[in-house]
Amino acid sequence: MKTPLKSSLRLSEKHATKSPVTMAVSPKMIKWFSQSWMLVVYVFLYMPIVTLVIFSFNDSQLAAVWSHASLRWYAALMKDNDLISAVLLSLKIAFLSALISVFFGTFTAFALNRYKRFQGRTLLSSMASTPLVMPDVIVGLSLLLMLVSLQHWLGYPERGLFTILLGHALLGTAYATVVVTSRLREMDSKLDEAAMDLGCQPFQVFRLVTLPLLVPALVSAFLLTFTLSFDDVVLSSFLSGPGYSTMPMVIFSRARLGLNPTINAVATVTITVVTIAVLASSFYTSRQERNRKREVAQAYSDMNK
Amino acid sequence: MATAPKANIVREDLLRVEGVTKIFDGAVKAVDNVSLTVATGEIFALLGGSGCGKSTLLRMLAGFETPTKGRIFLAGEDITDLPPYKRPINMMFQSYALFPHLTVWENIAFGLKRDGMPRDKIAERVEKMLALVQLTKFAQRKPHQLSGGQQQRVALARSLAKRPKLLLLDEPLGALDKKLRETTQLELVNIIEEVGVTCVLVTHDQEEAMTMASRIAVMHEGYFMQVGAPDEVYEMPNSRQVADFIGNVNIFDGVIEEDEADHVTVRSAECMHYVGHGISGHSGMSVGVALRPEKILLSKEKPTGDYNWCAGEVVEMVYFGAHTTYHLKLASGKVIKAQELNNTRDLSYGLTWGDTAYAHWNEHAMVVLTQ
Amino acid sequence: MKNISIRNNISSALRKLIDGRHFVIGVPYFWFLILALVPLLIVLKISLSEMESTEVSSLIEWANGWPTVKLNFASYMFIATDALYYQTYLSSLRYALMTTVICLIIAYPFAYFMARSPKHIQPTLLMLIMLPFWTSFLLRIYAWKTLLVNNGVINNILMSLGLIQDPIAMMNTPFSLMVGMVYSYLPFMILPLYANLSKLDMRYLEAAADLGTSPFKAFWLITVPLSKAGIIAGSMLVFIPAVGEYVIPELLGGSDTLMIGRVLWDEFFSNNDWPMASAVAVVMILLIMLPMAIYNKYQAESKA
Repeated sequence: MKTPLKSSLRLSEKHATKSPVTMAVSPKMIKWFSQSWMLVVYVFLYMPIVTLVIFSFNDSQLAAVWSHASLRWYAALMKDNDLISAVLLSLKIAFLSALISVFFGTFTAFALNRYKRFQGRTLLSSMASTPLVMPDVIVGLSLLLMLVSLQHWLGYPERGLFTILLGHALLGTAYATVVVTSRLREMDSKLDEAAMDLGCQPFQVFRLVTLPLLVPALVSAFLLTFTLSFDDVVLSSFLSGPGYSTMPMVIFSRARLGLNPTINAVATVTITVVTIAVLASSFYTSRQERNRKREVAQAYSDMNK
Repeated sequence: MATAPKANIVREDLLRVEGVTKIFDGAVKAVDNVSLTVATGEIFALLGGSGCGKSTLLRMLAGFETPTKGRIFLAGEDITDLPPYKRPINMMFQSYALFPHLTVWENIAFGLKRDGMPRDKIAERVEKMLALVQLTKFAQRKPHQLSGGQQQRVALARSLAKRPKLLLLDEPLGALDKKLRETTQLELVNIIEEVGVTCVLVTHDQEEAMTMASRIAVMHEGYFMQVGAPDEVYEMPNSRQVADFIGNVNIFDGVIEEDEADHVTVRSAECMHYVGHGISGHSGMSVGVALRPEKILLSKEKPTGDYNWCAGEVVEMVYFGAHTTYHLKLASGKVIKAQELNNTRDLSYGLTWGDTAYAHWNEHAMVVLTQ
Repeated sequence: MKNISIRNNISSALRKLIDGRHFVIGVPYFWFLILALVPLLIVLKISLSEMESTEVSSLIEWANGWPTVKLNFASYMFIATDALYYQTYLSSLRYALMTTVICLIIAYPFAYFMARSPKHIQPTLLMLIMLPFWTSFLLRIYAWKTLLVNNGVINNILMSLGLIQDPIAMMNTPFSLMVGMVYSYLPFMILPLYANLSKLDMRYLEAAADLGTSPFKAFWLITVPLSKAGIIAGSMLVFIPAVGEYVIPELLGGSDTLMIGRVLWDEFFSNNDWPMASAVAVVMILLIMLPMAIYNKYQAESKA
C-alpha cells in the first residue's frame, strides 16, 4: 500500500545524492595485478622445490652447476646406508609418536572441551599450548634437562629412540589437541545428549557417538603429527644419543658442511611421496564432499516430487 | 483444533514437578519455584520467549540439568537425581540431533540396543516405527540424505521407539519452513495421539502451542505467568504481560466506577467501558481493559449509546490479505489497532489515511486486568 | 525400600561419572605436567646453579641438618653485562620483526586476492599453499642454498643474461637469512589472513559502495579493520617462532648473523655450559611472553 511508494522515493533520492565515483584504475588492471601478485608468490614458494628436483638429476659433483642429466645420485642414495637407516628410524619414530600424540591429544581435547570448569583448567590449557609457542630449542633443552635429571635419579632412560619419541610425542600432542579440539567444538553437543537420552552411559556415548564422528579429525591429526616428527631436527638433536640419527639430523649435518647432491635425491623422493599422498587425499575428500552435496540436493528434490 | 480429545483424558497425574528452582553460577535464576502436574495423555506446552527458562525446565525433566531445589516425580517415583540414561523419558531434540554416521534404521534402533532388547524384537519395533512415520522406504538412508520434514519424522520415531512414559519435544517444528510447519504440526499431533504418549513441548511460537497443546504454561523470567487451555489463555489472560505476549492486544488504563455482580464499568481517558461480567475488584481501583483487535468493529457513522466506542484518525493501514489492520489515533494520543476481515473483494471499508473512524465493540469483548 | 535402592543406584552412577571425569582430566594433566611444566621448572632451576666440572650444582645444600637455598645469578649477570648477549637478543627481535612485516606485506594482498578468487578454485589455491608445508622444511631451506650460493642458480642465470659480471654474494648474509625466514613463515601468515578475509561479508563492501565510498577507501575503512584479528593471529604465528629460530640462521645466515637460538645451542653443545644455556632460555621465554600477554589481552577485550 504505502511501502512501494516510500521505497521508490528512497531509490531516486539515493541516485541523486550519490556522487559519481571516479575510477582511477580499471577492473582489468586490478585483475592483472592480483593475478601476477599471486603468481609471484607461488613461484617464490615452489622455486626451491623445483630446483631441488631438477638438480637431483644433475650429473655434476657441483650441486648448483648443471652439466647433464643422470641418475647417479639416486644410485648413490641406494648405497648410502647411513641415510637409509636414518630414514627407517625416522619412519619408526614418526609412526609411534603420531599414535601417542593422537591418543593423548584426544584426551586433552576432551578434558578441555567437555569439562568447562575444573581446578587447574587454565594450567592444563596453557601447558598444552607451550610446545606450540615455545621455540624448538627451548622445548628440546628443557626436555633434555628433565630426562638427564630423571636418569640421574632412576638410571633411566638412556638417550636414544625412546627420548626422541617422548619429545616428538610432546610436540605432537599439542598439535593433535588443537586439531581434535576444533572438531569437538563444531560437533553438536546435542548428539551426546541424544545418546544419553536414549540410554547411553557416559563411556558408551564416547564409543558409539563421539569417537566415530571424530575419525576424520583423528586421521588428520595423525598425518600432521607424523609429518612434524618426520621433519624435526632440533628436538631430535637435543634428545638423541649415540647411534640414533634421524633422517633430518643426517641431512642437517651434511647441509651444514655445504651442498650435497644426495640431499637433492632424497628431497625428490620425499617430495614425490608427499605430493602423491596429499593430492590423493584431497581428491578423495573433495569427491566425498561432492557426493554428499548431491545426496542432500537429491533428498530435497525427492520430497517435492 | 487438535485439542478435541481433551475431554476423554483420564485425569491421572503422570508428571509432578514440585517447587523446582534452577540457579546457574550461583546467581542466575533460570527457573524460579515452578510446580506443575501433567496428566497421562496430555500435551502440555511451555511457551515463552528466549531466556524465559522453558528450555532449562525441559532439560531438568530430561535429566541434563539437576534442579537446585525441588523434586520431580514421574508416575509417583522420584526421578530428580536419576541420570538421563536411566529415565523412562525420551526427547525429540531441537534440530533433531540425528546421529549423522548412522542410517535411519540404526538411529531408531539406537535406544533399543542400549536396553539389550533381542535382535528380532528390535527389528520388529523399528519396522513398526518406520511404518508409523511413513519412512519404511528410507530405512537405509543417512540423515543428510533426507529432507527436513523427513528428518523430523526420524527424530520422532527415534524418541518414540523406546515407548517412553513421557515424550519431550524441544521446538519440534522450529527447523522447518513456514508452509511445511502447518502440515507437519497436524501429522505430529496425530502420531502422538495414536501412540497415546504424554508430551511436554517447548516452543516460542504461540500458534504452535495453541494448535498442538491441550494446556499451555506461559513462562516469563523463570516462573509460570498463567497455566490453562489455549482458549482460556487467549480469551481470559490474567495479566497485562500474558495478554500482551499472546497475540495482539489494546489495553486501556482506567478506574472502576461501578462494580456489580454481573457487570463493571471502567472509565478511561478514551471512553467508558461496560464490561458484561463481574470481577473481583472494587470501585475506584485502577485496572487495565484488554481488547483484542479482531473484536473491534469500525464504521464511518458515529455509534449510538454511551459505552464501548471511541473515535480516531486512521494513521496506518496494513494489508494482510485475509484481513487488514487499521491503526487509529484517538483524541488522547493513544493508538489502537483494529483488525477487520476482508470479507468482500472491495478492499476498503471506504476508510483511508486521515479519515475519522469510529471503533466499537460489545460488552463481552473485553477482559479487565487487575494486575 | 524402593527409594533406598534408587538412592544406591544414583550414588554408584555418580561415583562412576566422577571417576571417569577424573580419569579423562588426569591423564593429559599428568602427561603435560611431566613433559611440559616440570622441564621448564628444571630449566629455571639450572639457570640459577653453576657448573661444577661435569655436574650442575644443587640449589639446596644441607648445612647442620638445615636446608639452605643457594641461588646463583652469575649466568643472568653475564647476560646482562656482556654486550654480545644483549646485541644478540636485540638482533633476534629485529630479524623476527622484519620477517613479520615482510610476510604481512606479501601475504595480505595475496590472501585478499585469494579470497576474491572464484569459489571453485579457492580449495586448489589453498592446497598449493599447504603443499610445501607437508614436505620437509629442512629440505626446502637447504634448497635456498643451491639457489643463493656464489656459483648457484640465481647468480648463474643473472650472469648468463649479462645483467651482472661478478656473482653477488647473497649466501651467509642477512639477506639470505631473511629470504629463508620469510619463505618458511609466509604460509603461517597467509592461512589465518585467508581464513579471516574469506569470511568477510561482501555486503559490507556493497553497503559502503552504496553509500558512496570508493573501492580503495572501502578497503581501508572496512576490509582492513575487520581483518585485524587475522593480522594479529598471523603476526603472532610468525613472530614468536621466528625469535627462537635455529635451523634457518644456521644453514643460511652465516657466522655473522646473531640469533639467540644459535647462542643457546652453542652454549649447550659447544661450551657445555648448562646454567648459561638455561639462563638464555629463561630470558627468551620472558621475551616471548610479552607479546603473548598483549595478544591474550587483546583477545579477551575483543570477546568482551
